[in-house]
Amino acid sequence: MNIQKIRNDFPILKRKINGKLLAYLDNAATSQKPKQVIDMLSHYYSKHNANVHRGIHTLSVEATEELELARKKVADFVGVSDPSEIVFVRNATEAINLVAYAWGRLNIEKGDEIVLTVAEHHSNFVVWQQLAMENGAVLKIVPIDENGEVDQEAFKEALTKKTKLVTFCHVSNVLGTINPVEKLVSIVKGQWSNVIILIDGAQAVPHVPVDIPRIGCDFYVFTGHKMLGPTGIGVLWGKREILEEMPPFLFGGEMISKVRLDNSTWNELPWKFEAGTPNIAGAIGLGAAVDYLSKIGMENVRAHEIELTEYAISRLSGIQDIRILGQKDSKKRGGVISFNVGNIHAHDVASILDSEGIAIRSGHHCAQPLMEFLGISSAARASSYVYNNFEEIDRLVEGVMKVKKTFKINSKHEIHV
Amino acid sequence: MDIYREEILEHWQNPQNYGVISHADLVVNQINPLCGDEVTFYFKISRVSHPRGVKAHPGGVPAKGKSAMIRDVSFTGSGCAISTASASILSEEIRGKSVESVGKLTGQDVLSLIGGPVAPARLKCAFLALEAIRKLKVEN
Repeated sequence: MNIQKIRNDFPILKRKINGKLLAYLDNAATSQKPKQVIDMLSHYYSKHNANVHRGIHTLSVEATEELELARKKVADFVGVSDPSEIVFVRNATEAINLVAYAWGRLNIEKGDEIVLTVAEHHSNFVVWQQLAMENGAVLKIVPIDENGEVDQEAFKEALTKKTKLVTFCHVSNVLGTINPVEKLVSIVKGQWSNVIILIDGAQAVPHVPVDIPRIGCDFYVFTGHKMLGPTGIGVLWGKREILEEMPPFLFGGEMISKVRLDNSTWNELPWKFEAGTPNIAGAIGLGAAVDYLSKIGMENVRAHEIELTEYAISRLSGIQDIRILGQKDSKKRGGVISFNVGNIHAHDVASILDSEGIAIRSGHHCAQPLMEFLGISSAARASSYVYNNFEEIDRLVEGVMKVKKTFKINSKHEIHV
Repeated sequence: MDIYREEILEHWQNPQNYGVISHADLVVNQINPLCGDEVTFYFKISRVSHPRGVKAHPGGVPAKGKSAMIRDVSFTGSGCAISTASASILSEEIRGKSVESVGKLTGQDVLSLIGGPVAPARLKCAFLALEAIRKLKVEN
């Protein structure tokens, strides 16, 4: 895999930030976009733009074909054979909300239990917390162990005959932990086959090969902008029989079959859940992103991530006063590395790195329950992707040394790395 | 980063007026939604007839009765260097001032006090203490 060739596809990587070449290590927040995706958006708006599905004219037919082709590409990318199980939404957050509104409100009742982990992003935490508060369900929060992995004993114990929904992330957005999703699903389904499982794959689909049907869950959500695609396009996958049972989430155009004065009937899947004019360009852009990743091969994307993560962890670990959160084994984690430097606040770390052109994230990473569980208020987070190189990791390490120097953290016994 | 000057780092390492005033007259709290960081200010308030150098009412009308003065102030909370230094410097600034004058402090005043510049993304950090202090209300 030629990283320099890949880097050349990303115009933004040539930008200078504070006089330094950008080292973009905030990929868990959003990825950059290759020119193939940017050009596709421009191409769509320049050549095929029209509203979809109902038009007779040529452009409308073309736009519809392009949109549905994108759906097919996305389905193939995650091993789904039936593209009508792929519902386009705005992002993973909207996908989870859709499930909570359309499925959760009908199926989760007072006293029922929702099982999730303490490591969930707010998008997969607050949604269920609010549903539980609204209808009197019980939220059961499973802890993680010192490696950041779901405590499987506690997970088993949390499951009861009252459990209606189990949800967990595929890859943690803070710790980078790759959860053994197939194992977790089999623990649930082995004992309680009627329990519905939703997996938040926002940090997984961009980075590791994902075959959704093989996992055995009922819902799987992810978002386009973290996998080289545009913002504003995300995916809800659900098993056909469950999606068919669910009422619509939003009402309006596109999602209807027939509208009478006193009632309406709903369109087929997936359009039943796609009220209003969809993000056509976004979906087509996501299709281009999927093409790009498929061309590289997700196995190669993952192999590069393991190499970079291993290098980053070994170099960062050599710095005194640095504390890396979660799993150290790069084969069991994604390219998300959260850390703290001495007692320096993560925002200060991020500001000083920014002055060196290095973009990282700092704060609670929309995972306050996890931060509370870990006993920290914030962390710095460097997250890599397919275009990052070893040189950028070296710059990150040098940047952290500058942070320590600025804050006069003594390192008499600094290991030279 | 110009903001990480000696003075700021000194306040970060040794924040002034840090701690709890056990019998505080007023306690105000503010959370930075950006990072969840929190600051709590404690105040001892006393009433004086003529606050030094401060007119109790705009327009120069002399105050009838007494004005509220900040006799003592402290703060607690965990934050970044910018928010900690800002809270520390502000606490020094407002001690002995009238509540009314403190209510008029602006973001620009804070930036002048901490000696900026502060990057746009960090203004919320710099203003966290100010946001807390602005909640200070004393009933006459």
